[in-house]
Amino acid sequence: MNLLILIFLPVLGSLLALVAKNYAKQTALLSSLITLAVASYLLCGFTPDASTQYLVNYPWIPQMGINFKAGIDGISMLMVLLTAGLVPIIILSTFKHKYENSGAFYALVLFMQSGLLLVFTALDGFLFYIGWEAALIPIYFICSVWGGENRIQVNMKFFIYTIAGSLFMLLGIIYLHLQTPTNSYDIADFYALTLDSQTQSWLFWCFFLAFAIKMPIFPFHTWQPDTYTAAPTAGTMLLSGIMLKMGIYGVIRWLIPVVPLGFQQWGHLAIILSVTGIVYASIIAFTQKDMKRLIAYSSIAHVGLIAAGIFVWNAQGLQGAMTQMISHGINVVGLFFIADIIISRTNTRKLALLGGIAKPAPKLAIAFLIITLGTVALPLTNGFIGEFLLLNGVYQYCIYYAAVAGLTIIFGSVYMLRMYKAIMQGNTNNLTIDFKDITGTEIVTLFIITFLIIVIGVYPQPILHISDAAINNLISTVNAKL
Amino acid sequence: MNTLIVISILAIVVLYLGLFKAGKALLPVSVAGLLLALGLALAEWNLNPAPIYKGMMLFDNFAIAFSAITILGTVLILLLSKNYFEKISEHVAEYYTIILFALAGIMVMVSYHNLSMLFIGIEIMSVSLYILAGIKRRDFASNEAALKYFLMGAFSTGFLLFGITLIYGSAHSFDLEVIKQYVLNNANGGISPMFYTGISLMLVGLCFKIGAAPFHFWTPDVYEGSPTLITAFMSTVVKTAGFAAFLRLFITCFAPLADFWVPTIIVITSLTLFIGNITALYQSSFKRMLAYSSISHAGYMLFAIIGLGSAAINAVLVYATAYTIASIIAFAALILVKKQTGSDNYEGFNGLAKNNPFVAFTLTIAMLSLAGIPLTAGFIGKFFMFSSAVAQYQIWLVVIAIINAIIGIFYYFRVIVAMYFKEGKNIILATPIQFKFVLALSAILTVVFGLYPSLISELF
Repeated sequence: MNLLILIFLPVLGSLLALVAKNYAKQTALLSSLITLAVASYLLCGFTPDASTQYLVNYPWIPQMGINFKAGIDGISMLMVLLTAGLVPIIILSTFKHKYENSGAFYALVLFMQSGLLLVFTALDGFLFYIGWEAALIPIYFICSVWGGENRIQVNMKFFIYTIAGSLFMLLGIIYLHLQTPTNSYDIADFYALTLDSQTQSWLFWCFFLAFAIKMPIFPFHTWQPDTYTAAPTAGTMLLSGIMLKMGIYGVIRWLIPVVPLGFQQWGHLAIILSVTGIVYASIIAFTQKDMKRLIAYSSIAHVGLIAAGIFVWNAQGLQGAMTQMISHGINVVGLFFIADIIISRTNTRKLALLGGIAKPAPKLAIAFLIITLGTVALPLTNGFIGEFLLLNGVYQYCIYYAAVAGLTIIFGSVYMLRMYKAIMQGNTNNLTIDFKDITGTEIVTLFIITFLIIVIGVYPQPILHISDAAINNLISTVNAKL
Repeated sequence: MNTLIVISILAIVVLYLGLFKAGKALLPVSVAGLLLALGLALAEWNLNPAPIYKGMMLFDNFAIAFSAITILGTVLILLLSKNYFEKISEHVAEYYTIILFALAGIMVMVSYHNLSMLFIGIEIMSVSLYILAGIKRRDFASNEAALKYFLMGAFSTGFLLFGITLIYGSAHSFDLEVIKQYVLNNANGGISPMFYTGISLMLVGLCFKIGAAPFHFWTPDVYEGSPTLITAFMSTVVKTAGFAAFLRLFITCFAPLADFWVPTIIVITSLTLFIGNITALYQSSFKRMLAYSSISHAGYMLFAIIGLGSAAINAVLVYATAYTIASIIAFAALILVKKQTGSDNYEGFNGLAKNNPFVAFTLTIAMLSLAGIPLTAGFIGKFFMFSSAVAQYQIWLVVIAIINAIIGIFYYFRVIVAMYFKEGKNIILATPIQFKFVLALSAILTVVFGLYPSLISELF
């Protein structure tokens, strides 16, 4: 019951935002804060063992075996916290913007939050699919209506890519449903299936396609830089901060445990693709002259490492992935927010035209530095622990992959610090001389983000603790079937 | 049975109302009569009657469910027709009457228990439609549509009739029950080649009627040339009836011979999907796009014929309902836009959302539903169709359908893109109250069925 409140509160908030007219953003912020409070309440009552808690199970379309079944275990808990925590930050970051038709804008953001929460808690294949799409439709409209140049073609591409992937996933889900002895969509029944390895092989691709496109893993990433660049900043934050985690979560929950034999056949290829993506995206990030595109490519590189950490399928890798999902969510939202502040004041995304902003805007400079350091995984920032565990996990699988994947730390430092240098240091020019430092809600937002970066960096134990039992349980479930 | 009688009498009453110049009463009387017929149909639910009139008709749940959808669809379309026919001609009553007669034919089509009744039903419906397609007497396109429809329709009826005779020749009866017994008794090799030929010919005839490729060539021109409301009637109500007739015949009689005709239907389905979707992609006219999209939807609905069984009836029922209400929204919006801009093209929809948020929003829901996006009825329909095909292990067919669903998104989203993301001429649509009602009701139904499909999917 508590979980239902959590999932449907944002829908209520979205309806209120729609009718609130001039107070849409305040309503949306309030709604997202209440959702965060509910999520925190659930966290307080959460026992970090391997069990699924706050279970809800109602018949939905009984004759098709579809139930509204959802629950939270350690893995879901972290994702729920990420979603509930980032949405208020994202909404707060938009406070200085004036969106045309803002009621609809915030309504879509909140509606998307519901979809995301559904994805992260669903324990029924059909419900998972519904949540998956319910998160996609609002973001398509957010990006297409309030986005920048070329937004129509770019978002069409994004929509087609993702829906193509998800339709194949639907095929996989329906097929699995028909194989279960009781014809249900329950994830526990999916886990209990013992299909032959040939069937699992093509089922793996049905699911993998959907998740790989969403993350995105090389070579399914081509929609991502354009979409991130063309989207309004809040949309980019939602996409990069939370939505891509749907893909990662999907791999952990729905791909590997459901088709372990398929994973056994193709997991190696998936790791190669992930590692290739790290190097490929890093190299492209070097050459970017556009701030938003650079961050977009850096995101592909980071996600590549997370994906590699999952596909090696050991405790370190998964722990690292969970931590890094949280850290990456916070960092990338921070980066895009800073990019947004700079773009909206200077009207340019070109690195070459900027420079010396640290002088007129010292507060921004400090925040930007902390976020940059978090992104390049300096020890005592949130990025470090995640990347350390991920590389450790990959190392256990194969030392050479770890060596290549480890390049991400070096590459990441190079392009991130170069970006920092190009924007903040050097001499001020006509464009940046009158740069106004951050004020009001901007300070609040950046303070929260930098605070989280340092706190998680210094004391990541709670995050590891929440998901530990669930991860070990999942790993032993899969290993028993291999 | 009462339904059919009420609708037939209603048609005649409406004709007389026209004779006595009671123009204002036409719509209320028609709608009230149809609602009465609907009520009478629903009252017979779950009575499980035996075939009546020496096995001519059977008003089982199947017939009632499809009667209900087609009657509801007709009511919605009639509500939109206020002040619509008046502009076309002064003989308004005749048009209401002809639509009602077509509906009477449809009632026969969904409840036949004898191949001769199938033929009679299809003919009553078709002849009415030939007239309706050509009701714009002075309009060239309308005349062309009527003539084309008539020639093609007559041609396909020939196939159907020939098929029926061959089946009669082997089974010695028109009665579905007897034919079914014949198939069951001779299932291991005793069925004459004549019977198989009969099935093939009936398949061709029925595919003509539902507009499945490669027998679809009449659809785009007829749909484009006919007045928009008639197009709406043909592509929703009539198509649903065609599928009901198709499904009833194949489920009752030919199911044991599935190995013979399923491969054919798979080819027809794939062709229909690709031809419908790819051609729809290249249309610049919204109306013509809807015509091609209706071909592709016929393709999806054919999945159910492959699936067979009671799940298939459910699937067609859900799909037909979703498709009907979404199409009605689309056609209603088209009528409004055409009235204001005078064109059928996508450009007419540019910037529509700014000044007409309500129409734009409902049309968006309709387009999402037609594209099969979750939270709408259209998705549930597609989901049921995919499920019934996967259940028969037709994985490749579903892959083809997925590719087509992706193509479909392109052209359905063109309208949404035009309405929301493009600059337009700031037109303000004059939306009469009955349009608002139909749009709102259809949009609400689309979302409600999308969220809670058990309302209609648990009937069988």
